[in-house]
Amino acid sequence: MIFRALALLFTLTAPALAQETIVSGLSQNRVSITADFDGSEILIYGAVKRDTPPPGGGRLEVIITVEGPSTPVTVRRKARVAGIWVNNAAVLVDSAPSFYAVATTGPLGHILSDTENLRHGITIERVIRAIGITAEAENSEDFVRALLRVRTDEDRYRVLEGKVELTEDTLFRTDVVLPANLTEGEYKVRLFLLRGKQVVAHQERLIGVRKEGLERFIFNLAHERPLIYGLISLVLAALAGWGASAAFRLVRA
Amino acid sequence: MQLYLPIAEISVNAFLVLGLGGIVGFLSGMFGVGGGFLITPLLFFIGVPPAVAVATGANQVVASSISGVLAQLKRKGVDFHMGGVLLAGGIVGSAIGVWVFRLMTNAGQVDLFVQLSYVLFLGLIGAMMLQESLRSLLRARKPGAPIRRAHVHSWVHGLPLKMKFRASGLYISVIPPILVGALVGFLAAIMGVGGGFIMVPAMIYLLGMPTKVVIGTSLFQIIFVTAFTTVMHAVTSQTVDMMLALILILGGVVGAQIGTRVGVRLKAEQLRILLSLLVLAVAVRIAVDLLVRPGELYSVAPGVMP
Repeated sequence: MIFRALALLFTLTAPALAQETIVSGLSQNRVSITADFDGSEILIYGAVKRDTPPPGGGRLEVIITVEGPSTPVTVRRKARVAGIWVNNAAVLVDSAPSFYAVATTGPLGHILSDTENLRHGITIERVIRAIGITAEAENSEDFVRALLRVRTDEDRYRVLEGKVELTEDTLFRTDVVLPANLTEGEYKVRLFLLRGKQVVAHQERLIGVRKEGLERFIFNLAHERPLIYGLISLVLAALAGWGASAAFRLVRA
Repeated sequence: MQLYLPIAEISVNAFLVLGLGGIVGFLSGMFGVGGGFLITPLLFFIGVPPAVAVATGANQVVASSISGVLAQLKRKGVDFHMGGVLLAGGIVGSAIGVWVFRLMTNAGQVDLFVQLSYVLFLGLIGAMMLQESLRSLLRARKPGAPIRRAHVHSWVHGLPLKMKFRASGLYISVIPPILVGALVGFLAAIMGVGGGFIMVPAMIYLLGMPTKVVIGTSLFQIIFVTAFTTVMHAVTSQTVDMMLALILILGGVVGAQIGTRVGVRLKAEQLRILLSLLVLAVAVRIAVDLLVRPGELYSVAPGVMP
């Protein structure tokens, strides 16, 4: 009995002893959107920590994902009605990230199994939640594919296969460029270590993206005091219009 | 220099926006129109979301109209009575416009609705203006032709609720000005325009106002209608981008001063033909977008359908 319990304990702790863990860092953990914001590059780096020699069971691979805040999204399709192109079908996707990048050490199909992808939600197709859309329109999968295509064209969704550099099975790094049209919120960075298409370790970190300074002030004012904001916009426009005519009079005089 | 717009949430080149404001200001100074019908489609073109472009365009028109009215005021070119009546109609039209705009936004048809309004109204006004100015150009070449009376009595003058408009030298019913004002207010709200290109012909041909007070009075009431529209959009949909508006205005006021100087050197008929061709070109450009199969049939908008 004791022997069996010990054996069980051993089998439970054995993988833990051989476990590889991630030690990681980000070049910055907050991004400020200021008036001159023109995108930002984030360096994600790390090392694999082991207490024992590297185990067998396939080459070590690394996948890093960066995920922006998710919102519900409406996807509309145009069709020709009476000679002109109008939106005539729509599908609501429950949740889609505003930004998503997957960087890997190799082709996703070779280093990640479908079940692990499903469990951890690694590729963008697994991150988008579109439940019950089949009832909303015909060929509803087309809408999800279109969402991926449109956002990929806008540089919001990216697959960066082979863009993670892995040195001596220990050190890894990648750069992810955040575009200029960023949405505010918490950006989730996930790091996965894989062997034989299985995730052996993972870690999660956050990057805070916030509007700062004047941008913050204008945005808050517009949403919290819309009437005052509208009036201030008018006063500024009036001053500019009056100023221009006054300045012109001075130039002419 | 890239500039991040806090409400539109895109990064644009500040000099490009300044240049756009300048070109539109130049044209509006030359032709005496607000330029909203040019600025809003140009903003769509550089990637500003339609809702933000319309609301911010209205804010820009406020500035250019104030600048214009101050110039007209010195020439006694503003009929405040008529302006007030047009305004009463304008506020009602604008409120209806903002309401329809929100209805269309929720239905996902706002782009189509705005585009159709542009094609319809710009096409109609452009064609009418072109025909009228070509005819007057031909008439000027034939010295013997009969001169048309500026002030023709029509059904408009038979309506009740008559009122005296001293500056315009008119004694007419208040119903036509209120209707004209309401139509312009409605268009201002849904198209982000001041409506000068509709207001001016309507005042001359429908109300029979003397040309001297037309531009000033039109600008006077456009200030209030677009101001009201700006505030309504700011309150109902938070789509006025203050930063974008300021850069446009800055470019616009400089361009307008240069445009005014160039405009003085051209003949009135030539100016009107050029303006009508410009208006028609914008209408045709937008019509082509509606008729040609788009490259991407799908569009993505964050948010929930109602």
